Amino acid sequence: MRAEALQVQAPDTDSAAAYQPLPGIPDEMLDATGRIRPVWRDFIRRFSSMNPEEVIQRFARGDEYLRDAGVFFRQYGHAESPERDWPLSHVPLLIDESEWNALAAGMIQRADLLESIVADLYGPADLVAGGHLPAAIVAGSAEWLRPLVGVRPRGGHYLHFLSFEIGRGPDGRWWVLGDRTQAPSGAGFALENRVASTRVFSDLFAEANVHRLAGFFRAFRDTLDGLGGRDGGHPAILTPGPLTDTYYEHAYIARYLGMMLLEGEDLVVERGRVMVRTIAGPRPVSVLWRRLDASWVDPLELDDSSTLGTPGLVEAVRRGSVALVNALGSGILETRALLAFLPRLCEVVRGEALAIPNIATWWCGDPAARTHVLANAGSMTIGAALSTRPSIDTDDDIRSAGWMRSAPEASIEDRLATDGHLLVGQEAVTLSTMPVYAGGRLEPRPVTLRAFLARTASGWQVMPGGYARIGRSDDPSALAMQRGGSVADVWVVSDQPVLSDTLLPPRTAPYVRPEPGALPSRAADNLYWLGRYVERAEGIMRLLRAWHLRLAEAISRDTPLLTELRDHLASFGILPEQRIPDAIQRTLRSAIASAGRVRDRFSVDGWMALNDLAKTARRMSSTVTEGEDEARAMGVLLRKITGFSGLVHENMYRSDGWRFLTIGRSLERASAIASVLARFADEDSPAGGFGLAVEVADSSMSHRRRYAVSTTRETVIDLLALDTMNPRAILYQLTELREQIGLLPGATGQGIGTPLSRAVLQLHAGLAVKTPEELTSEDILGCRTDLGQVSDLLSEAYLR
Amino acid sequence: MLYEVRMTTTYEYGRPAVGGRHQVRLMPAEIGGLQRMIAGTLEIVPTPRDRYDQADFFGNRTTGLVFAGIHDEIALTVRARVDRSAPPESLDLSPVPSALREEIEASRSLAANSPHHFLGPSPRVTPDPAVRTFAQAVARGRGSVVEAVSALNQAIHDDMVYDPDATTVETPMAEAFAARRGVCQDFSHIMIACLREIGVPAGYVSGFLRTLPPEGQPRLEGADAMHAWVSAWCGAKTGWVEFDPTNALRVGSDHIVVARGRDYSDVAPVKGVLWTAGSQKTTQSVDVIALD
Repeated sequence: MRAEALQVQAPDTDSAAAYQPLPGIPDEMLDATGRIRPVWRDFIRRFSSMNPEEVIQRFARGDEYLRDAGVFFRQYGHAESPERDWPLSHVPLLIDESEWNALAAGMIQRADLLESIVADLYGPADLVAGGHLPAAIVAGSAEWLRPLVGVRPRGGHYLHFLSFEIGRGPDGRWWVLGDRTQAPSGAGFALENRVASTRVFSDLFAEANVHRLAGFFRAFRDTLDGLGGRDGGHPAILTPGPLTDTYYEHAYIARYLGMMLLEGEDLVVERGRVMVRTIAGPRPVSVLWRRLDASWVDPLELDDSSTLGTPGLVEAVRRGSVALVNALGSGILETRALLAFLPRLCEVVRGEALAIPNIATWWCGDPAARTHVLANAGSMTIGAALSTRPSIDTDDDIRSAGWMRSAPEASIEDRLATDGHLLVGQEAVTLSTMPVYAGGRLEPRPVTLRAFLARTASGWQVMPGGYARIGRSDDPSALAMQRGGSVADVWVVSDQPVLSDTLLPPRTAPYVRPEPGALPSRAADNLYWLGRYVERAEGIMRLLRAWHLRLAEAISRDTPLLTELRDHLASFGILPEQRIPDAIQRTLRSAIASAGRVRDRFSVDGWMALNDLAKTARRMSSTVTEGEDEARAMGVLLRKITGFSGLVHENMYRSDGWRFLTIGRSLERASAIASVLARFADEDSPAGGFGLAVEVADSSMSHRRRYAVSTTRETVIDLLALDTMNPRAILYQLTELREQIGLLPGATGQGIGTPLSRAVLQLHAGLAVKTPEELTSEDILGCRTDLGQVSDLLSEAYLR
Repeated sequence: MLYEVRMTTTYEYGRPAVGGRHQVRLMPAEIGGLQRMIAGTLEIVPTPRDRYDQADFFGNRTTGLVFAGIHDEIALTVRARVDRSAPPESLDLSPVPSALREEIEASRSLAANSPHHFLGPSPRVTPDPAVRTFAQAVARGRGSVVEAVSALNQAIHDDMVYDPDATTVETPMAEAFAARRGVCQDFSHIMIACLREIGVPAGYVSGFLRTLPPEGQPRLEGADAMHAWVSAWCGAKTGWVEFDPTNALRVGSDHIVVARGRDYSDVAPVKGVLWTAGSQKTTQSVDVIALD
């Protein structure tokens, strides 16, 4: 009834009616006369008709998606909580298709212009010789990479993927606030925002003619495939690794586009070709979509302090055997001072005016510009000319603008006179506002939009949408954006129905099953250790549960069995006196670190399960009490960890990656059982040892069923060492190891096998022929040593 | 002057390296009218798997090397015959220091010899307040750029103690300056920093010195190993002039140029990334014999 009553009130009221734009500041939803712009009308009518409960419910759907998808944002300098929730502002930014098309045409012009400029700066440098661009700006920039001068990029183009940060100024026109040409980020986040906002507004989205994003990505993937040519192998994404703030996005895009995600250490340059080190040997790669700054990619020819790079990569680029997207050195186009010259350069290079103006900029190396900046210092910001960060993103200190020769305490006049070539003046920019839902109503907040362009076979394509960034307060000055706020999806709305599109290719050719790409050795290594760490954590939990159960029933802490168990735990660095011992948390952290380096190959559910497990363990450490309570806690953790294992083994594709995970698990489990048996299933084990071994190996039920008689050393050894049907038995795991290792690349075919496959075979056969009576504790310990050797051989053959 | 140059550099590794990739800048340069390499070879032991010759951005002869096998030593031997003449003596046509900036701005070039590359910070030469104070004090009141540069060349030589044990190849410029001790690399970096501080474009030159001085002259410091000195841009008319602060000299025919760059990092004789965990030991022997 209440909802109806609300709807009866005029549709344009509620949220919309209460919405008050800031005086003198253009608004995206309302025009200058306060009327709702046509493109917003349907949306806002529907939105206004929702009651607060419904709005909250809808928003929760989007948030739930983001949480389940594991979208997070990593912030530098926040050690305690480096990953924060994704700050989605659920109301999207709506832009009319016709306005967008005009904007897109202007951005394409800008992209073409930038390509011409960068080609000139790494080629003939005519723009400098002709006096259109000061040499000081180029030569002074750390982004003008001298080793790349004169090197034509493979494929002929320097730029393939760009982003422009744009905002609407007080006159209602769009302005470019900054160009990202080096390794633009945000496109993957734009996709995630889209998925989330369609969860929130599924019905509205379906009815509104919103342009889809998938076609843009498909076209770009085709570009990357095309750059590789015939000799190339698959294109790959080059990331600086999990410590980067946008690593999540790299992994997401890699998964979305089905591309390998590589780090510098995955690559090696051989005879001028870039090769990926995989478990099947080096494999060529000829297209790298890099997400790290150029100076880091080759310590030999670029920044020699880089530990993220691949020596020889620049030489491979020089020989044309690899295309980098964008070309190394394209960061020079981000130089702030360049904005001062772009309008003129557009005239010179293209014989036309710049279609979208950029933030008005004066390079103070020029005397006339200097005078202008001094005269208008009040309405300007003065910043570092050679900085590559857009002024809206940084509050930089001009004292670090370069080799300043004026005294630090000098007046602004003196600074400009002495160090003008290192400084720019930029007009202070104000932005338009868009509605944000806060405190039960819509409020105006300043917004900038990051647009993305990809080069395709038929020229530049603009992503019909983008990544909106919204200011935290209603301060519309562009500078306020630095302090961070929220992000929103961008809907480009047509008045015609649009094609719904996904990444699936159109069905024209017969289906061809794609060959899986070779697994990089580093990824294999991380999956192998993930398997080992998770299994190790589980083993520790089982031992600790056994400890606490016995402790709860024991009269003394020093019974022979408890003493033996304490010694056993101590030999692995586990201190049962700690509540949820550090060993568990340490092992889980190692597992998460390994998983974190293969996010692109690992299901989001698995990742969440693992993190949840670690969080639970951490939380429990301050609440549990010794004995029965902690035994119960271990039970909880064990259920969670088996949940994780279930996810992995039920759902993961049986790829080489899964194989390494499984090998790690089998090896760890066999080794752990061996150590338990050697200690608790020995003739000299304290009373209760046999039962403990069976319990720790989670085989009590099987034991009861198979051996109705009492527990003896023989029954325990038979069930936990020699049984081929019990997944907790050593022999079972050795069989698994033999099979999986046999399926790895290069494992068979030469008849005699590799040292690795021979070692596993020998180990397996040696155990398989034994009877329980014959198998001594020494034999079991020998088995454990041999497993260590298998691990070494595996590393040598595949993981380095 | 005709020279026979022979140099061997040996890198011994504490632990065997499984491979490595290097860039080598050891061969004498070709400088129109002043220096010509008549013949030259670079011998490398062990034989690299891949070797390629190219000119880097500054025009230096650069050899790329890739070692694939396990090795615990690399030996590089240069043999070259070089004809070198001294730059002509001329009247000081350089502008007053305050006018240099305008001449720099008038240069619309990104070519290797453009002054624009040599004014800003480079990997091994960055601004330092102590260097600034020193440079400004020495340069104050000098009538021309060449005069200011010469004064700094002399002042650095006078103020610094040549001491091969005080610094290593990795010692930062500011640290060597604070200690007022070092070798040719430190002297040169300090002078480059001083020059950039007063707005004079300055670069780093690596090369060889003749081993035995001409009759009646003292033996120069730095002749036992590769040497380094400074090139300063003294205005559009005068162009680049080379100074040796280690010996307080204007460079003449005793110096054989190998490579030029913004600082040591552009011209390091052997740059490399090595796949080994151990330490390394370098030995170098240089003989530069005057043939006429």
